[in-house]
Parts: sequence; C-alpha cells; structure tokens
Amino acid sequence: MIKPAPQPGPENPAKPALRVVKASHQVSAAARGDKTFRWLSFFCSLVVPLVMLAIGLELFWTSWPAVRQFGWRFFFSAEWNPVLQEFGAASSIFGTLVSTLIAMFIAVPLSLAISLFLVELAPPKVSRVVGTLIELLAAVPSIIFGMWGLFVFAPFMAHYVQPLLGKTLGFLPLFQGPPMGIGMLTAGIILAFMVLPFISAITRDVFQLVPPVVKESAFGMGATTWEVTYKVTIPYGLVGIIGAAFLGLGRALGETMAATFVIGNAHRLSLSLFAPGNTIASTLANEFSEATEPLYVSSLVALGLVLYLITYLVQVVSQMMLRRMYRAWSVGL
Amino acid sequence: MKLKPATGRRLANLAVSIWAAASALLGILILFWILYVVIHRGLGALNLSFFTQLPTPPGMGGGGLANAILGTLVLTAAATLMAVPLGLLAGVYLAEFSEDSKLGDYSRFSANVLMGIPSIIVGVFAYTMVVVPLGNFSGYAGALALAILMLPVVARTTEDMLRLVPNTLRESALALGAPRWKVTLAIVFRAAKSGLITGILLAVARVSGETAPLLFTALNSPYWFHSLGEPTPNLTVTIFNYAMSPYPDWQQKAWGASLLITLGVLITTVLARFLLREKKV
Repeated sequence: MIKPAPQPGPENPAKPALRVVKASHQVSAAARGDKTFRWLSFFCSLVVPLVMLAIGLELFWTSWPAVRQFGWRFFFSAEWNPVLQEFGAASSIFGTLVSTLIAMFIAVPLSLAISLFLVELAPPKVSRVVGTLIELLAAVPSIIFGMWGLFVFAPFMAHYVQPLLGKTLGFLPLFQGPPMGIGMLTAGIILAFMVLPFISAITRDVFQLVPPVVKESAFGMGATTWEVTYKVTIPYGLVGIIGAAFLGLGRALGETMAATFVIGNAHRLSLSLFAPGNTIASTLANEFSEATEPLYVSSLVALGLVLYLITYLVQVVSQMMLRRMYRAWSVGL
Repeated sequence: MKLKPATGRRLANLAVSIWAAASALLGILILFWILYVVIHRGLGALNLSFFTQLPTPPGMGGGGLANAILGTLVLTAAATLMAVPLGLLAGVYLAEFSEDSKLGDYSRFSANVLMGIPSIIVGVFAYTMVVVPLGNFSGYAGALALAILMLPVVARTTEDMLRLVPNTLRESALALGAPRWKVTLAIVFRAAKSGLITGILLAVARVSGETAPLLFTALNSPYWFHSLGEPTPNLTVTIFNYAMSPYPDWQQKAWGASLLITLGVLITTVLARFLLREKKV
C-alpha cells in the first residue's frame, strides 16, 4: 500500500506557510468578531418587527373561531352573553370610541394651552419646573389613576360636576340620568389627564421648533402672543400637532386599568354619558382570566384584534406625521 | 394682515394667557391631587407586617403583602434580564450599522409603533403564547409580556444615546486598530453610559407599574413566590383585586400597595432624569 504523502492543508500546515497562516488568522479573528457582532445586533433589531408581526398573527389565529362563528354580526351586535355563547363587540367598540373622543376633546386643547404657556409665556425657570411636573404625570401608573378615579374623582363628579351638568345641559340626552360618578364621562376625563403629558411633550417641541425668525417677523408687525400662536405657530406646526394628537389618541384607545376602574363595566349602548359602559380594554381586563369556553376566549381575543388593528393604524399615522415634521425641520429623530 | 383695534386684541391675548396658565396649573394640580390622595390613604396601611407577612382573608385584619412585593421585584427583574441585552444590541444596530438600511428604518418604525400598542394586547399575546401551551398561568408569561413592553423603549433610547456620541471618538479608536465591536462596547458604550442607564431605568419604571399585561399571565397568588412556573403574586394585580373587593381592610391594603408602586415608579423616573441632566452639564 502506498501512503499518500502528507499534503499541506488546514490540519497539516506546511512549515514555511505557518507564519503567514498565523498572521492571517489574527486578522480574520478581528474581522470575524466584527462580523459576528454585526449579525448579532442585526438579529436583535429584527426581533422588534418580528414581535410586532407575531402579535398580529397570533391574535388573528386565535380569534378565527369567533370570527367564523359570528362573521360581521360580531361587530354590529351588542349582545354579550357568555351563558348563551352569544358575543357581539358593538358595545365595547362604541365605549372605546366615545371615551376616547371625550378624552381628545379635553386633552388636545389643554395640551396646546400648556405648550403655549411653557414656551411663550412662562419665564425659563418656571417653564422648566412646570414642564417636569407635567412630564411626571405621564409616569404615574395607570392603576393609580384608577384608584384615584374610583375612590376620589368619581365621587367628586357625582357630587359636584354631574348635578351641575344635569341642571344646565340636562335637556340634551348626553347629560341625562342619575349622577353616579362612574361612567363614560368620568372615564373620558381621566383618560384626558393620562394622555395630556404625552401630547403636550410633542406640541411643546413643535412650538419650540418653529424658527424664531418667522415668529419675530409677526411680533415685529405688532401681533400679540396669541395672534402669533394661532396665525403662525399652529399653522406652521400643524403636521406635528396632528401627529401628537394621534399619539395621544392611540394611548387613550388602549388605556386599560383606569378605564376599567371607573367606566362601570356594563355591556350596553347608551346615549347618556353618565351611564356605565365598557371599552375593549376594560372588557378584556375584566373577563379574560375567567373565560373558560374556547368560543368565549376566542371572542375576547377578537376584541383584542380589533383594538390592535385600530391602535396600529393610529400609531402608523402618528409616526408618519411626526417623522415628516422632524425631517422637514431637519433636526433628525 | 388687517389689525383690529388694540384693546380687543390685548384683551383676547390676556384671556388666552390666563387660559394657558390655568391649563398648566390644572395639570400640576391633578398630579399633586393624586400624590396627596395616595400618600394620605396609603401611609396608614404601611407597617412592619405589611412588608413581612402574607395576606390574610378579608375581615381578619393584620397580615401584609410581602409576597406581592417580592413577586413584583422578581417579575420586573426577569423582564429586565430578557429585554435589556436584546434592546441594547438592537439599539447598537440602529445607531451604528443601519446606515441606508431599509430594515433599520423598518425596525425603528416598529419600535415606535410597538411602544404605542396597548399593554393589555401584549398581555393577550403572552397568554396565547405561553399560558395556553403550558396549560397554567405563570410568572414566565408575565415576565415575557413585561419584557416585550420594555424592549422598544430600551432599543430606541439606546439608539438615541449612541447617536449623541461624537464620531471622532469612534474614528480615533478605529485608527488605533481596535475592532468595531470593541470600539462599540468599550468606547461608545462608556461615553454614553449615563444615557443608557437612563433608558433602562425609564423602561423599568414603565413596566413596574403595569397591571394590564399581568392580569391573565402572572395572575396573582396569596402564597409566597416559589417559581416563575406558577401564578406569581404581584402588587399591581393585588391592588386591582383588593380595590374591587367590598372589604375595608383589603381596600386599605390596596392603598398601601398603591403608595409603594407610585413612590417606586416616580423615584426611578426622577433618578433617570437626574442622571441625564448631569450628563448634559
């Protein structure tokens, strides 16, 4: 038998090539380290969109039995009866939209006013302190708003605000019914306080980013602060303000604990804002851990899917608006 | 533009100024109102047994929420362990390697959107992913939900903070022959240290007060914490259950737990902001 002579190769390097191999090995270790690091960070950044996608797919998949069972009826029926296995999302969707609408009506003008105060009116020191305190409001957990809302704010509404509204605007169906404190109106107002700091953080940026030259030329013509604000600053920063409003809208739509504490949790449609109702999020919070029947769980997940799709759309619009604003003003984000 | 008479305009301006100041005042008022109520009602519930004992059945008095305090700490720590390494590396990709990359853009966009997805939806997701296959409520599901909520916050703040590090620093390190990963981890991370810590603290603060994603994942439990494989006691779900109960001593405990959570979250947030301010000076 003839044994082949040992060939120089990776496992059996020839003598003269040794130093070269060693040197290139060192270089490639650094290069390989860089490559590994790059790929590793790449995969980690891939996780975020994947999670996003997985949430959507999983919700869709799990809610399929309910969607197949009820079809379009699911969205238009207000019947929600776990005993009879009859589920309709209308009252939850209605409640989500109404409470959010109330919240936005209050929060957007308030945020604009706060930004106006912080940027144009207050002295810098006051502005910094007030601005920080408003931002801290965003850090208060949702459940704390719920506790305060249920035990303090709802009685306050029942004793002072709702009787007053009933007396003055009681001819409208919106403000009829017994003042119980809890209900749609109270939930909407608390949601407004919760999204306020998120909206005002961005509108404050918007007010600050309007070029001073533009404002000063209006001031130079003798315009007052208010005139500059609504004739120059607001039109100039409109894209950003809409983006901020949508950001707050998304938060208000999905806010769970505070709404669950004060909205009253009743599956029903009512014109009166004093009446108890529910939102998609509050229905999930109340019923999910008790749901045992597969169709019940599936219907709840279908509610979740509706909320997911709505908030996703709202967030996308908001991000696009904000991106356009920051890019146009070339400050990067 | 044609100007109206001066007096009317001044009055309008004055009215708007007062309205603006009043709005700011209202915002602060709400914050202090909530803080006052939480401190006023919560302080009475705090005593030694609140921190050291298990909960008691309603009406018996005494007892505490030691198990829930411990459980909340464990859940938050587990979520932090999952989300922080992943978030930091994702932030590295976005800040250091994603020039002109479509995926970088899309990832950043998803992170922004994910931050705005309601936390209860993330809870439903963790339920279908972990609770259904394993067949029982568990701390793992709760920690996963919290980690998903933390991830985009850590990733985006990491990116922002790394972008603040001047390029000359990277270039000098590269010129010395350091590989890119060493430049990032040893030089850029060190330069951005306080910013990165701020991001992590803010993410921790955000999830430690979360209730909705735990309601049907970690659930709750009146016993000591054993393992993440079982329903895990935690403060926020305890607040929800106790507040909705008709028993005064349970409601009292809910206020005590509210005070703890509020203080924890607010102190962490203030600390994070303080760190960032120090860095800027």
